[in-house]
Amino acid sequence: MDKMKQKLLLALSLFAVIQFAQAGVRIDHWQAPSGARVYFVESRALPIVDVQVDFTAGAAQDPADKAGLAQLTRGLMDLGAGGMDENEVAMKLADLGARLGGGADTDRASVSLRTLAMPEKRTAAFAILRAVLAEPRFDEAVFERERTRTVAALRESLTRPETIASRAFWAALYGDHPYGRQPTVDSLGQLAIDDLRSFHAARYTARSAVVTIVGALSRAEAEALAQQLTEALPAGELPAPIAAATLPQGGELRLPHPAAQAHIQVGLPALKRGDPDFYALMVGNYSLGGGGFVSRLMKEVRDKRGFAYSVYSYFAPMKEAGPFQIGLQTKREQAKDALKVARDELQRFLAEGPSADELRAAKANIVGSFPLRLDSNRKILDNVAAIAFYGLPLDYLDTYAANVQKVTAAEVRAAFARHVKPEHLVTVVVAGD
Amino acid sequence: MTMRRNLLASLFGLACTLAAPQILANPYEHKLANGLSVIVKEDRRAPTAVHMVWYRAGSMDESNGTTGVAHVLEHMMFKGTPKVGPGEFNRLVAAAGGRDNAFTSRDYTAYFQQVPKEKLEEMMALEADRMRHLNLSADEFAQEIKVVMEERRLRTDDQPQARLFEAMNAAAFQTHPYRRPIIGWMSDLENMTVQDARDWYERWYVPNNAYVVIVGDVDHQAVFRAAEKTYGALKARPLPVRKPQDEPAQAGSRRLTVKAPAELPVLIMGYRAPVLRDVDKDVDPYALEMLGSVLAGHGAARFSKHLVREQRLAVSASADYDASARGPGMFYLIGTPSQGKTVAEMEAGLRAEIARIQEEGVSTEELERAKSQLVASEVYKLDSMFAQAMEIGQLEAVGLPYRQGERIIEKLQAVTAEQVRDVARRYFVDDSLTVGVLDPQPLSAAPRRAAAPIRH
Repeated sequence: MDKMKQKLLLALSLFAVIQFAQAGVRIDHWQAPSGARVYFVESRALPIVDVQVDFTAGAAQDPADKAGLAQLTRGLMDLGAGGMDENEVAMKLADLGARLGGGADTDRASVSLRTLAMPEKRTAAFAILRAVLAEPRFDEAVFERERTRTVAALRESLTRPETIASRAFWAALYGDHPYGRQPTVDSLGQLAIDDLRSFHAARYTARSAVVTIVGALSRAEAEALAQQLTEALPAGELPAPIAAATLPQGGELRLPHPAAQAHIQVGLPALKRGDPDFYALMVGNYSLGGGGFVSRLMKEVRDKRGFAYSVYSYFAPMKEAGPFQIGLQTKREQAKDALKVARDELQRFLAEGPSADELRAAKANIVGSFPLRLDSNRKILDNVAAIAFYGLPLDYLDTYAANVQKVTAAEVRAAFARHVKPEHLVTVVVAGD
Repeated sequence: MTMRRNLLASLFGLACTLAAPQILANPYEHKLANGLSVIVKEDRRAPTAVHMVWYRAGSMDESNGTTGVAHVLEHMMFKGTPKVGPGEFNRLVAAAGGRDNAFTSRDYTAYFQQVPKEKLEEMMALEADRMRHLNLSADEFAQEIKVVMEERRLRTDDQPQARLFEAMNAAAFQTHPYRRPIIGWMSDLENMTVQDARDWYERWYVPNNAYVVIVGDVDHQAVFRAAEKTYGALKARPLPVRKPQDEPAQAGSRRLTVKAPAELPVLIMGYRAPVLRDVDKDVDPYALEMLGSVLAGHGAARFSKHLVREQRLAVSASADYDASARGPGMFYLIGTPSQGKTVAEMEAGLRAEIARIQEEGVSTEELERAKSQLVASEVYKLDSMFAQAMEIGQLEAVGLPYRQGERIIEKLQAVTAEQVRDVARRYFVDDSLTVGVLDPQPLSAAPRRAAAPIRH
């Protein structure tokens, strides 16, 4: 065992007892000379640094005929960068004990790094991250292989009832809107390596980069890091905003599948990030289907009738209106009965809103559990990166509890009436009898 | 201790004032008169705490005909006591700003709450209450058993890979109860009665068959006092004798096929392997852990590099070995062949990787890389109170004292390249191999219902 590791192991047993109370989260924010926006939370309790760099480079940025481009571009960035081929990137990261992560969702593409904080580890890890961000190789042979793997994974997923349901749901909600685009075997087949190169050059720009850093660095070190990571990116332009989603015509789509369970999804495009109804909808949804074991859907569908193991509802706020969704899986023979119970509960909630007791319980849990949302560096990173990417107020976490407490039952009912219009609800049932 | 402190300060530039005895003692342990151990790890980073109750009873303690009862009882634990009505447990945890859940494994059943620290004692009172006073009403059981059957459909019957693993275990183990699925066979769930759940509860849910793990911003002395007040009131009771049910040595390879609606085939090769019993004396489990890391522990490991990237034989390839278990161990190799490649080619590819290690061993560089991964993981784990509580709980569950956790890391660090080659030679032999294949079926041709139990 080399000396460094020995020392580290000795040191490990000590960290658990270091007493650093964390009273709230102080977010430092600035713009790097490169143009990137930077968000930094200094946390010295553990010898770890987490960095996440986000870009407006998610699937919603795919050209209409090139669905899958964002995802494949992000996937290839780790596989060979700067002076390193794909094996060298993987080997160097492994030698350092550093973890590279991230991916592309609908709005956002992320590249994240977790590294040990000692200078000799972190310096090398940051250099790899810089290369992955700014100098991915987009090697032709690697591209062909990864596209083949992506097609294989897609074909496999298209046999799964949950994937079939989810794709049908998003297609029905968003149609031709960018949020409705989904990779197909055909669309992946159309992609060429130059598409990835152009997408990277246009979307991974300093101006649209949002850098979030949490961990054992000083402000000066964080400033240097943010600049180091983004200075080699093209300055670029901010991407044009995507169009507003229009509401779909409501209706029910039934798809066949041999599974033992039907997969049911009900919903519609509902909520943008930064919408003033956010708190009312979140507090209300806790009682409807968001509050784990204590929600109405859980009580009616699972506890009283034994119809499902998992049943939930949520709002997924996005840059444009993200979905409100109710989901459950149930034995295929009782799909209609279970769907009726879920719909009745939604209808009742839309008509009545939460009771006084429910509202009190929702607030008690959401406010009371707030410390649990920030009790690790990883959770702080996730929260701050979301604030950063979506441009939420810097005091979002500080004012969160007060904003929840202010919500009234009338506001919940009014907000649901504005955002969940029954005539626009789409229902997808896969494998139901 | 002083040395350690200086070292720490010089390594990470941290100023810290630690009382030496604390360093030695954390985590702290206190055993109640009724046999219940309470283990507390103070972690003051955030004003929260994790509270876990672990019962030394998992699916391996079940009998044929009532498979799945450990997990069914786990569900029933939320259905009320004379003091706390059905569903009230979840409501009280939610009201306290907490999150809760539970999980059943082959070796144990565990319950947990994550709460703001000031709510910890309330959680202890709730867990102590349901440790001995569960209602187990027939009406609640009748609804909940349906939920469990839905869970089986969701997680096993409609998941081709889960069905393959279920069939693998049933073939690889013929005597040991590890052959049964944790969730239970569907037929056993369909025929389970509330009395089965009551019998299970009466047999295993006693303080002398449990231990409590708490990690968080708490004072251990205060926690011990709370434990005396809550758990301390419960009476101990003799436990049934546990029979070992040892799995005999395997004499010859086994093969099985599972057909299910899917696109890609999956191959699993499972070799019988030892698990950790004596932290100081054992050698092989440590060497097998390092072998697992060299094969598939990170992005630069051999399977990814050779099978996925260079040969393009596999869409994915992985290895799975867990050295900690109450029962017998298995070392799994798992591969999904690329389009145009057969399962036979996939198997040949995995075998070639093993043969190379048997012949040439592993390089010092590879072993060092595996050790770097290990060290980093140990640090990263400290970012999660939940992960720290899990580690303590899981070691205890398999009969390894949690205080040996650091010693285990030291032993892993000491593994040599020669030891890795040696375990590859001794354990990767055909006579102790079970091969499972998922044979993908087109959606339209698949049987309309996939819920029938797998038979051989």
